[in-house]
Amino acid sequence: MNANSGDRNAVLGRIREALREEAPLKHPAERSAGGAPTTAHFREWLPPVGSRIDERLELFTRLSQTLRSELTLCENIAAAAAAVTELAAQENWKTIALHKSDLLDGLRCLLPASLNLLTVDEGYDKDALEACDAGITQCELLVAQTGSVCVTSSNDGGRVLSVLPPHHIVVARRSQLVSDLTEAYASLASKYRGTYPSMISFITGPSRTGDIERILVLGAHGPKRLSILLLP
Amino acid sequence: MPCRAIHISGTHPMRVTLFVPCFIDSLYPNVGMSMVRVLEHLGHSVEFPEEQTCCGQPPFNSGYWDEARAVASKQLDVFKNAEIILSGSGSCGAMFKVFYPELFHGHDREAEAKALSAKTWEFSEFLVNKLGVKDVGARFDGKATFHDGCHGLRELGTKHAPRELLSHVKGLELVEMSEAETCCGFGGTFAVKYPQISTAMAEVKCNSICETKADFVISNDSSCLMQIGGWLDRNIGSVKCLHLAEVLASR
Amino acid sequence: MTTLAEPPRHQFQLDANRTAADGDRRAAVRKALHNYSSARDKTGATFNDWKSARNAASAIKHEAVNHLDRYLEEFESKFTARGGKVFWASDSKQARDYIIDLAKRKSVRAIVKSKAMTGEEIHLNQALLEEGFGVVESDLGEYIQQLKGEAPYHFVFPCMHLRRDEISDLFHKELGTAKTDSPEELTMIARRVLRRAYIDADMGISGGNFIVAETGMISITENEGNARLTVGLPKIHVALIGIEKVVPRLADLALFLPMLATAGTGQHMTGYNSMYGGPRQPGELDGPEEFHVILLDNHRTRLLADPEQRDALHCIRCGACLNVCPIFKNIGGHAYGTTYQGPIGSVITPHFRGLEDWKHLSGASSLCGACTETCPVGIDIHHHLLHNRRNAAAQKPAKGEQLLWKAFAFLMQRPALYRLASRFAPLGSLLHPLVSGSPLDPVRSWTSTREFPHAPMRSFRDQFREHQAAKKGVASSGTQQGAKR
Ligand code: SF4
Repeated sequence: MNANSGDRNAVLGRIREALREEAPLKHPAERSAGGAPTTAHFREWLPPVGSRIDERLELFTRLSQTLRSELTLCENIAAAAAAVTELAAQENWKTIALHKSDLLDGLRCLLPASLNLLTVDEGYDKDALEACDAGITQCELLVAQTGSVCVTSSNDGGRVLSVLPPHHIVVARRSQLVSDLTEAYASLASKYRGTYPSMISFITGPSRTGDIERILVLGAHGPKRLSILLLP
Repeated sequence: MPCRAIHISGTHPMRVTLFVPCFIDSLYPNVGMSMVRVLEHLGHSVEFPEEQTCCGQPPFNSGYWDEARAVASKQLDVFKNAEIILSGSGSCGAMFKVFYPELFHGHDREAEAKALSAKTWEFSEFLVNKLGVKDVGARFDGKATFHDGCHGLRELGTKHAPRELLSHVKGLELVEMSEAETCCGFGGTFAVKYPQISTAMAEVKCNSICETKADFVISNDSSCLMQIGGWLDRNIGSVKCLHLAEVLASR
Repeated sequence: MTTLAEPPRHQFQLDANRTAADGDRRAAVRKALHNYSSARDKTGATFNDWKSARNAASAIKHEAVNHLDRYLEEFESKFTARGGKVFWASDSKQARDYIIDLAKRKSVRAIVKSKAMTGEEIHLNQALLEEGFGVVESDLGEYIQQLKGEAPYHFVFPCMHLRRDEISDLFHKELGTAKTDSPEELTMIARRVLRRAYIDADMGISGGNFIVAETGMISITENEGNARLTVGLPKIHVALIGIEKVVPRLADLALFLPMLATAGTGQHMTGYNSMYGGPRQPGELDGPEEFHVILLDNHRTRLLADPEQRDALHCIRCGACLNVCPIFKNIGGHAYGTTYQGPIGSVITPHFRGLEDWKHLSGASSLCGACTETCPVGIDIHHHLLHNRRNAAAQKPAKGEQLLWKAFAFLMQRPALYRLASRFAPLGSLLHPLVSGSPLDPVRSWTSTREFPHAPMRSFRDQFREHQAAKKGVASSGTQQGAKR
C-alpha cells in the first residue's frame, strides 16, 4: 500500500485526451509573457500601496483598524513588554505560551514573574496550550496591502501557537513590513530558496465569521484578539 | 446615396432600418412609431422592411439552434442592404449583435452574420455615441425611474446612454432605484416555463420601483416592460411603463 | 444531500416554487446578501484596475487548466519529495475508499473536518459514519448544517438562509444550550464545543482552494481559523481537492487571494490564507506526521474535454455568482439539489452528473448575465447555460418542443404567413377575457400572476405604412392603403 498513487495513469490519460483540442483564450491579459502574465505586473492592477515606508505604515495602520487588529507602535522591547503586561492585567492572564527566538527572549525576561510561561519548542501538551490565555509569536513579514501578518511553521512557533490561544500577540520590526503580497512571496522565495517551511500562513485580523445572518463575530475558532506590537 | 459633401457628424443624415420584433409590432406599436418620430425629428430617414419576422431568439434560447439559424438566415437576407439597424428591444438587438456571430460560427453565412452584427445598434447608444445627440428636444412631465434591461446592459454594455438622453428631457425627474440592474425575471420562454420564479423576480424588481415613489418606469427594452407592467398592473396599478423612445418622442 | 424522491427536474420545480412562494425565506436570503454587495463593491473599487486583474486571473487559470497534466505532475513530484502522499482518484468511490482504508489502518478514533465541498460531492461524511467513524464539521456554518442534518445552502455561506432564532433553537435542541438571539453568543457556543473536537481528533480532513505546482503546496482560504487547527493538530491530514484547482506559481496567489476575498465576501483578504507543503518537516515543532492529498477527477475530465466550456474549470469557488444571481435569491440553494449551487453549479453539474438529468438547471435561468459580469476569473457562465441547452436539445430533443420550434421556424421564414398570423393578435386580445385564467387560457402560466398586454387594433406595420403614405402625399397613399386591405 506504500506507493499507492491510485488511478494516476488513468486520470492523467483522461486529462491528456481531453486537452487534445485547444480552448479559446477569452480574456487575453495584458503584459503576458508566454501563457500568463508575469507576477511582477500584478501590482499595477491590485489595490495601490505607495512606495515609501511611511505610506506603507499608514496603510497597514488603516487596514488594522478596519480588521480590528490592535496595532501598537513600541519604541523598544521594554515598551513591548509593558504593553503585554498591561494586556495581561486587563484580561487577567495566568498562563501564556510563546516560542524561542532572539526577539521574544528579550521580551520574556521583562514580563511579570506572576505569569506562567509555556514554551512550545520542545513539543507541548495540546490541552495545556489550549488552556493558555494568550500566545506570543514573532512573524516573517507584515503586508501593508492587505493588513496581514505572515507566519510560518519553521519560525514562528509552529502551526498552532498563533491560532489556538484566544489572544494572539505578534512582535515585529518595522523592517518586516513589505508593501504587497508579491513582495512577500519574493521575500520568502529568496529567504528559503526552494525549501519552504511546511506551512506559510497570512493572518489577516483576528479570527472571524459571518455565518450567522452574515453578521461579523470575532473569535470564531481562532484568536478573538490579534495584537501587533511593532518595534522600530 | 451621394452624401460625400456632408462631413458634420451628428447632422449627417442616415438611413436607419428598424427591426421591430413581433411583440412590439402587435402589442406596443407606439414604441416603434416613437422611434420613427425621434429619428425623423433628428433628420434621418427610417425604413421598415416588411419581410422581417423574428430574430430567432426563442428557439435559440431553448437550445434549438438549427431552427434558430433558419429564422436568422431570413433576417440576414432582409437586412442585407441596411446601413444601420436599430431595434426597440435590447434583447433582439443582442441577438443580432452578439448571438448571430456565435450562431453562425463555422457556417456558410458567418461573414454575413458578422456584418449584420457590426451594423446593429441599441437605440440609445446610436443616438448618443453614433450621432452624438444628447438632447432630442423632448418634454415629459413626471417622476420616473429607469430599468436596465439585462441584454442591453450586459450583452451590449448600455448603461450611460439612456440616462444621458433622459437627463435632457425637460420636466422629467429621474430617480434611480436600488435594483436598477436586477433582472425583471422575463427571460423569454423562461417567464412561462418557470412562472413562479419569474414572478418572484418581478416582485423584487417592482418593489424596488415602488420604493422610489416614481410614477413611471422607463426602459430600453419592451420585453422587460411587458413583464414589469404585467406585474404592476396586477398588483399596484398606479405605476406606468414607458419605453425610452416614447419618452424621447413626447413634446 | 437532499434525497431525491422525484426525478431531479420535478424535485427542482417543487423546491424552487416552494421558496419562490416563501416571502420570509426570500427576505432572509436577501438581507444576508445585502451587506455583501456593498462590501464587494467598496473593496473592488480599491483595485487599480479590476478588469485587468480579472483578465490576468483568467489567463493564469487558462494556462494552468490547459496544461493540467504537466502542472499536476509537477505538484506531485514536489509534494511527495517532502514526504507528502498523493492519491489520484478517478471517482468518488476511490476517494472514499482511500480515506476509509487509511482511517482503519491508522486506527483513527475521531475525525475533524474543515470545509470541503469535495467532501459533499463524494458524500464522505455519510460513508465514514457507515464505517463507524464520527466526523465533526468545524466551519461554523457547516457545523450548523451538520447538526440540522441538511446539505449546505450555499457553497461559501452554508447556513445563510437560517435566522438566528432558528440556530438558537437548533443549539438548544441538539446541545441543550440556553436560547439566545445574539450571533456572538451562538458563535461562542460552537467555539466551546468544537475546541474539543480539534484536540481529540487524530485525523483532519480539509479541502483546498489552490494547488501550487511550482512549490508542491496546497492553499486553504478561510476566516475562522478552523482549517488552521484542523490541519495543525491531528496527526494525520487528508486534503481532498479537485484536479482543476491548479495555479502554476506560488506568487500567482498574490493575485488570486485578494481577488477571491473581494469577490467572495468583499474582504481585502480572507482571515487565514495558508499554504501547506507537506507534513511536519525536520526541525519543525508540530504539524501532522502524515499529509495526504487526494486529487479528485470525478468527471472533471469530461468538462475538460469540452473546449467551449473548459473555462468553467477556472472557477475558484468564490460564490460571487450565487450572491448576485436573482434566481438563487428567489429559489434558494437547496432547490438546486446539487453540491454546487447557483449559476456555476447549473453549468457544471450536467457535465458531472449527466446532461439529461440536470439540463433543467440550465433552462431555469433568465440569462441575465449578472453571474458572468461578477465572476473574478471571467467565466462565460450564462452563455454556457445556453450551450448546455443547445447540447441537450441536440443529444435528446424533447419531441413536442422540437416540433413546436420547427413549426415556429417554418412560420418565421414565411413573412406573408407571419403577417397573417400577427393579424390575429387584436382578435386574440378581444377574446382573451373569455378564457383568462381558466384552463383553456393559452397564456395561463403568464396570466395567473401577471396581466397580459392588450393588443391595439392597429399594429406597428399598419401605423408605419400610414405614416409613410401621409409623408408621400395623396396619390401614393391611395395605392398603399389599397394594397393593404
Ligand atoms: S464561477 Fe466565477 S463567480 Fe462563480 S464561484 Fe466560480 S469563480 Fe466565483
